Amino acid sequence: MSKSEITYANAINQAISEEMRKDDTVFMLGEDIGVYGGAFGVSVGMVEEFSEKRIIDTPISETAIVGLAIGAAMNGMRPIVEIMFSDFITVCFDMIVNQAAKIKYMFGGVPKLPFVLRTAAGCGTGAAAQHSQSLEALLCHIPGLKVVVPSTPYDAKGLLKAAIHDNNPVIFLEQKKLYRTKGFVPDEDYEIELGKADIKREGSDATIITYGRMVLTSLAAAETLSKEGINVEVIDLRTLIPLDKETLIESIKKTKHCIIVHEAVKTGGFGAEISAMLTESEAFFYLDAPIIRLGAYDIPVPFSPILEQAAVPDEEKICEAVRKSLS
Amino acid sequence: MDIKENKELVLGLYKKMLLCRKFEENVQYYFSLGMIHGTTHLSIGEEGTAAGTCSALEETDQIFVTHRGHSDVICKGIDINKMMAEIFAKETGICHGKGGSMHIADLEKGIMGANGIVGGGIPLSLGNAFANKHFKNNKVTVCFFGDGATNEGAFHESMNLASVWNLPIIFVCVNNTYGMSTHISKVMKITDIEKRGEAYGIPSVSVDGNDCLKVYETVKKAREYVASGKGPILVVENTYRISGHSKSDGNLYRTKDEINEWKERCPIRFLKSKIIESKVATKEDLKLLDDEASQIIDDAVEFALKSPLPNVADIYNGLYSE
Ligand SMILES: Cc1ncc(C[n+]2csc(CCOP(=O)(O)OP(=O)(O)O)c2C)c(N)n1
Repeated sequence: MSKSEITYANAINQAISEEMRKDDTVFMLGEDIGVYGGAFGVSVGMVEEFSEKRIIDTPISETAIVGLAIGAAMNGMRPIVEIMFSDFITVCFDMIVNQAAKIKYMFGGVPKLPFVLRTAAGCGTGAAAQHSQSLEALLCHIPGLKVVVPSTPYDAKGLLKAAIHDNNPVIFLEQKKLYRTKGFVPDEDYEIELGKADIKREGSDATIITYGRMVLTSLAAAETLSKEGINVEVIDLRTLIPLDKETLIESIKKTKHCIIVHEAVKTGGFGAEISAMLTESEAFFYLDAPIIRLGAYDIPVPFSPILEQAAVPDEEKICEAVRKSLS
Repeated sequence: MDIKENKELVLGLYKKMLLCRKFEENVQYYFSLGMIHGTTHLSIGEEGTAAGTCSALEETDQIFVTHRGHSDVICKGIDINKMMAEIFAKETGICHGKGGSMHIADLEKGIMGANGIVGGGIPLSLGNAFANKHFKNNKVTVCFFGDGATNEGAFHESMNLASVWNLPIIFVCVNNTYGMSTHISKVMKITDIEKRGEAYGIPSVSVDGNDCLKVYETVKKAREYVASGKGPILVVENTYRISGHSKSDGNLYRTKDEINEWKERCPIRFLKSKIIESKVATKEDLKLLDDEASQIIDDAVEFALKSPLPNVADIYNGLYSE
């Protein structure tokens, strides 16, 4: 099987471009995605290939463009919308929460809404409070949406293809710190089913459940811990909704220790949902220690790098949490 | 405006623009060295709008600015040392390093905050004006936003409400013809933004934003109108952003010729030639002002560089009020 090493941003570009070549109902709209190539360079080269009719620069009107995508999806197209920073979804939250998520159910299950809202999430770039949030918990709280957070180029490409093929609104939370990271993807077409977690590292002593950028941090922590003889399993959720409960429960039954890590603020974060789900399941009887959740401090993301770094989980904090769980 | 009769004002405007330009050139430089973190949106080329607008206000008036707000807050009288320190992410920064370039505020100086959300400040300005009306304090609120922001729902809702409630606001649209890479003509059929104000019953004027004196005069009149209780006004200040949109701009969407053409129309050079022509000051006099401005900015950089980093123990400070 031949494969190529590409960046996370490139993987996203490839997924969209390949689907656009196959299906002329797929198009993308967003602010400055044409000649500018998107704020993170994801769509570089696409307007040249697909023209301004299919890679469409829009006015700065998030409500209108997300609404347009929903309407076009209901009427047979497969739009992809780019919202430059995930913080800006709040500007068009009505379209996402009251419209996209509810239209199918309210209307008796009839309409299909095959569209993807791609957006860049996460901190670590010094972009401060209004350009650095991880808002997935808000989205996961809204039935009717699917929520995907890829951590590698391979996952980004395969999951985005599945998202484009999906007949439901999918919120695709790209990790802005990962756009330039590299990884191998197969040269032939592939797709990763939504709702399947991935065990990024197998282990027997403790399970770290995580997603997005924190997968990389957790893997680094697992590597460090392995030198102390601690064998950590790292599970990348990949999709938060639907959630792969089975994989999580099985892992906890095996390792008996659970640490949940995310970059979003801890209070009301998605980690709370995972923790509650596990304690409600049979996994509860296998736990040898309380579940530990690591999330960001409950503050807006501060600008100063020293504060920004301190606010989120890092390798050291993850190692400490695992040691604490095992002690 | 008769330059000779307004020598002090004119030289003041000139010096303010120099401060803005030198401030941002330094930010750009230290950013390129990696000593400033995150992102910055420079307003090089747009200084005429900032200096002209803010100088026409009373000291107690209040302004809301955008992500591209360095020049506006400098002209409103912010402490330049503290502002530079903020951009350098230091504890001595005006927001203690928690805000950065895109989130500068100094309420005591009437600087009600910069905003990272396009159009985000416009609705806030309504409430500010509403409160001023309640307190009968005669303060005028100025709300800056870009041409791109006028495509946001927040703009249209706010225009309507400000108009129908006669709120004392000067809306200032700094029209630099681009929203990031997108030319205004690509996203609006009618590119005369004053028509958008008129549609809501708001008196609207447009002015050459690179002519600082004209901006000053226009805003001065606008202030009189708003202060008389007649309701809001929209001033469209037409200008051009010579700097890139932000740190990651390859300028692929515009030509070098276009940029150079506007460099020729630089608001600072423009005022300089007017001053020299009218003989209110000599080149040497202006050179002195230039040196003074350089000194102020150099001092600010030194202050910022010498300042300590924020203390991690203070990370929760400022989240809730007592
Ligand atoms: C709600 C929202 N959408 C998009 C952005 C990204 N963005 C930042 S500045 C900008 C362009 C704004 O154009 P304009 O209002 O004309 O102001 P300018 O940058 O030209 O000063 C865009 C699209 C944002 N910050 N907020």
